[in-house]
Amino acid sequence: MGVEICVEGLTKSFGHQVIWQDVSLTLPAGEVSVMLGPSGTGKSVFLKTLVGLLKPERGSITIQGRDITKLREHDLYEVRKLFGVLFQDGALFGSMNLYDNIAFPLREHTRKSESEIRRIVLEKMDMVGLIGAEGKLPGEISGGMRKRAGLARALVLDPEIILFDEPDSGLDPVRVAYLNQLIVDLNAQIDATFLIVTHDIASARQVPDNIGLLFRRELVMFGPRAELLSSDEPVVRQFLNGRMQGPIGMAEEKDAAQVEQELAQIDDSARVQQLTPRLLPGPGITRPPRWQAIARREAELHQKEVAGA
Amino acid sequence: MSLSPAGALRHSGSLFAMALDVVRTIPRRPFQAREFIQQAWFVASVTILPTALVSIPFGAVIALQIGSLTRQLGAQSFAGAASVLAVLREASPIVTALLIAGAGGTAICADLGARKIRDEIDAMQVLGIDPIHRLVVPRVLASMLVAVLLNGLVSVVGVAGGYFFNVVLQNGTPGAYLASFTTLAQLSDLWAAEVKALVFGAIAGIVASYKGLTAKGGPKGVGDAVNQSVVITFMLLFVTNFVMTAVYFQVVPQRG
Repeated sequence: MGVEICVEGLTKSFGHQVIWQDVSLTLPAGEVSVMLGPSGTGKSVFLKTLVGLLKPERGSITIQGRDITKLREHDLYEVRKLFGVLFQDGALFGSMNLYDNIAFPLREHTRKSESEIRRIVLEKMDMVGLIGAEGKLPGEISGGMRKRAGLARALVLDPEIILFDEPDSGLDPVRVAYLNQLIVDLNAQIDATFLIVTHDIASARQVPDNIGLLFRRELVMFGPRAELLSSDEPVVRQFLNGRMQGPIGMAEEKDAAQVEQELAQIDDSARVQQLTPRLLPGPGITRPPRWQAIARREAELHQKEVAGA
Repeated sequence: MSLSPAGALRHSGSLFAMALDVVRTIPRRPFQAREFIQQAWFVASVTILPTALVSIPFGAVIALQIGSLTRQLGAQSFAGAASVLAVLREASPIVTALLIAGAGGTAICADLGARKIRDEIDAMQVLGIDPIHRLVVPRVLASMLVAVLLNGLVSVVGVAGGYFFNVVLQNGTPGAYLASFTTLAQLSDLWAAEVKALVFGAIAGIVASYKGLTAKGGPKGVGDAVNQSVVITFMLLFVTNFVMTAVYFQVVPQRG
């Protein structure tokens, strides 16, 4: 079972520049959450703060009863073993081939025999579809493959929490769809807590249980998927619909008068939108009770829609 | 590097903090023997040839200077003594320092910097591995070991170069040159030079690692980090060299 992460009053700044302030949210154990936000709102910084790579100015991050912002370096390394992180470019070790990269955490932290390591590594490589590329160096493969290899490496220690830093950036739409399916399947299989940082709206609509939106140095909203998708909050609606009219401008912010004028112009009939159906675990995956419940709810919603039409 | 005094202080502070971390981490098991050997081999391979090539003319220059000076003073029989003293005490630790910082340190800094900007270091920390323990300690120890060994190499090559230039080119007397070898220099000079080289190796390794691990801002950041690491290392090395020499003269009684 995954682990709950409780963030309270978190504030981070570099010098005088405040990245975000007073962010409070709870990532429920075992659920998939997505953190959205325009480029440059500190989504990656948020992720690095969660694993203790960056120290926030204020606030707390509680995992299993421990506040990781106050832990000593040595204890922090212990807590980090709960985490698996997929970095933007995979962050593979350039001097090792894919097999050694993925085996690295096992060799460092466990006393498993080499044959057992081989079994686990090949299993994870199969999971992300990288069988046959064991001997390749990270410099020799495509960005998508590096990402998948990074994911396999994040998975080998059976983490309780998995963080994804823009898993879909730089991938083609088909690969993004596969990756989203992989994320959902993984969640059904290993039951860990997932946090995905992204600005891909399509993924955000399909994949998560919860959505959060960072904008203007604060967390605008964090809540269940349905709540955000049907929200009236202008920032949320603008971002989820990916349009120009609204508070988010090219250079981050617009003045209030212009925003009101633009919002008035939007055709209200366009607001009646259907809730995007959720992505469910693939047919080969045995669904745990949580996913069975989600699947049931989705089926009911779908029936209602059909009846309504 | 920022120009404000606060920024400079902060950088010096975190540099020393990392140096302390390195010292504290050295005894931690398991020792990264493989990484240490690889790094020692690597640093040695990039420094040995340039060191030998630099120390030949260095010994020659000293021999030339001393040769003409001793001739003017009529003290040709002391040419060997003075040349050995100069090479052993000053030339070899300085040449070692220049090469360790210039060839070994830059390579370490560029390597770590490239890993840093590719998020490899962050990934390592997230995987629960301390980069100081895993990467920095083996590199610092390797550069210390290689510095000590290089110092020996420079001494031998420098003295041999000095001998060659004095005897062959300036028509000095081989017997007098060799006989006066130990009139001024003593064994403690060699030990002192080796200790200096050890400290220089540590400084070069720590500064290079610090600059590499704090590189930021893409590929240009790595270039800047390498540049700064050489400049900072040189400044620190020359100051340290002065202090250690002054202390040495106070502590060890001199001959003659």
